Amino acid sequence: MPLDDRYQLAFKLYPYERSADQDATGGPVRHPVVVMGGGPIGVATALDLGLQGIPVVLLDDHEGVGQGSRAICFAKRTLEIAHRYGCGQPMIDKGVLWNVGKVFHDDRQIYEFNLLPEDGHRNPAFINLQQPHFERFLVERVREAQAQGAPIDLRGKNRVDTVDVKDDHVVIDITTPDGPYQIEADWLIGCDGASSPLRKMMSLDFEGRVFEDNFLIADITMKADFPTERWFWFEPHFKSGDSALLHKQPDGVWRIDFQLGWDIDRKEELKEENIRRRLDAMLGPDVDYDLVWTSIYTFQCRRMTQFRHGRVIFAGDAAHQVSPFGARGANSGIQDVDNLGWKLGLVLNGTAPESLLDSYDVERRHGADENILNSSRSTDFITPKSKISHVFRNAVLDLAEHHAFARPLVNSGRLSVPCVYDGLPLNSPDALPDGPARTRPGAPCPDAPLGDGFLLDHLGGDFVLLGVGVGVPDQIEAEGLALRGLSVPADGDIMDRYLGAAKGAVYLIRPDQHVAGRWPSFDEPAIAAAVSRALGKD
Amino acid sequence: MALNTDPNIPDPDGFYAELLGAHEGLSDEASTALNARLVLILANHIGDRAILTEAFAAASKSEA
Ligand SMILES: Cc1cc2nc3c(=O)[nH]c(=O)nc-3n(C[C@H](O)[C@H](O)[C@H](O)COP(=O)(O)OP(=O)(O)OC[C@H]3O[C@@H](n4cnc5c(N)ncnc54)[C@H](O)[C@@H]3O)c2cc1C
Repeated sequence: MPLDDRYQLAFKLYPYERSADQDATGGPVRHPVVVMGGGPIGVATALDLGLQGIPVVLLDDHEGVGQGSRAICFAKRTLEIAHRYGCGQPMIDKGVLWNVGKVFHDDRQIYEFNLLPEDGHRNPAFINLQQPHFERFLVERVREAQAQGAPIDLRGKNRVDTVDVKDDHVVIDITTPDGPYQIEADWLIGCDGASSPLRKMMSLDFEGRVFEDNFLIADITMKADFPTERWFWFEPHFKSGDSALLHKQPDGVWRIDFQLGWDIDRKEELKEENIRRRLDAMLGPDVDYDLVWTSIYTFQCRRMTQFRHGRVIFAGDAAHQVSPFGARGANSGIQDVDNLGWKLGLVLNGTAPESLLDSYDVERRHGADENILNSSRSTDFITPKSKISHVFRNAVLDLAEHHAFARPLVNSGRLSVPCVYDGLPLNSPDALPDGPARTRPGAPCPDAPLGDGFLLDHLGGDFVLLGVGVGVPDQIEAEGLALRGLSVPADGDIMDRYLGAAKGAVYLIRPDQHVAGRWPSFDEPAIAAAVSRALGKD
Repeated sequence: MALNTDPNIPDPDGFYAELLGAHEGLSDEASTALNARLVLILANHIGDRAILTEAFAAASKSEA
């Protein structure tokens, strides 16, 4: 197969360069970690590992980021993780902040909501940012880290064609503009997207539900004065689709999304005159606009049965796919990376057994199931599947106009929040029953102001022992791990979020800022046992 | 609390007449929509998820 681009590039970020591996004479060169796919998830994986000092090679069959913004909504958790990687700020600076949403049915606004983000967090609930910019900021951070010595190697125009999966390594065949070569990886991370060639090479399943609907995306620039809000129409009076969405992006770009139904003539619908006809009906005759990017998408909600297959681990869309409603695709993929990075790091440096990686599989399948459930429910509300579901959907919309109780039933996408790893094996039992439920074992740590900055700035990357109103040692040894201690005063938001009715608390926090265990006081044997469990040794 | 399936409406005939009255003169479509709104309003009033689940089960069983 020739090495032709399958899509146009928005940014050329990793042009092809010949690697020394291509001229190796003593057999294929072996690398500890190879990442297949340079989308947002692959690049974030390389960044996470590289910042830990782990040599990582990333292979992508293109030389940069594809045209067209698929994802536009990036959630707080993603920004927190990006901040830990050192590239959160440029995303926020460029992104559009929004809090207000309006819901319309036919020609009526039925209600308005405000996300009312909780105070005392570094990051907003959401930003809107075109996916190519999100990816560009990640790659720019990789370049910066490389300059500081992070052993990351991004190889553009390196297409993976076949893999031979052995018990303790993987042999990878690659095609480049200079012809083929071979490398080996102790671990191969599959981040090659929803149609994952790797999955097919390994004959692995990807089961789920197909939704019989087509959505037309038009990203446009216009001078019109729409506010920075999310507007969603059910059965809009302008008849441009069964539903419609208007949402602001940076650089004066607007995302408009029309639900077209199942039986459509794709080619016909993508003709500029037909797209303009729909847009004119929606925006009115006097609005001038330019088309930036248009596309029609269908979607499926599905996941692999297992994300880990020996020395091959899948992450992002390759492992699971959701509908775009709720912005759970890239956002959940970044949580995969956050979960996998530290585990792979500790396995590679011998601190944790290989079985720790099975907890990646269990925890992120749990996350994927939650995302698939939420995104399927949104889709069922937006696209009723039967006459009676249509009746109930419209009954909810009718009632929502006059009665507050019906508004929480309206579902045009439940925006992405991270899952809690409830009941999963790395958690220790909750020894602080008076503590707030939101910081129970398995939960992601909520941010809170601390000194001149924020609590999360002090957590993450490694295991931390957090004492809230209880002094903990600056450092303790447990299970071959140097645990960093952080004692903070019990006041303000930290008290609300970490103490509740308890007088004091000690939290064991994982490198991905999830709670592994919590106790009312500094109990060293209990903490050692919890560290052992969190390293997958039990 | 469990789902109350004992007689609980003080004025059964009056209630029944009011229920039918609400549907009077409506097309089948409008009646179905009214029923849907009614179910949602009543369900919200009950609020208790376990009771609602019992109610779904009771309603489904009567059908069979
Ligand atoms: C319309 C739409 C709207 C969306 N909106 C949102 C949103 O608001 N928020 C959100 O979080 N998510 C959203 N998503 C989902 C989001 O776009 C995806 O979840 C995200 O792109 C997944 O990233 P990835 O890195 O896993 O895969 P991809 O971005 O698909 O990247 C895979 C990479 O692998 C490369 N590759 C493939 N085969 C090979 C090979 N053989 N060798 C080497 N490289 C290979 C590809 O070229 C590509 O660069 C949306 C999706 C759609 C379609």
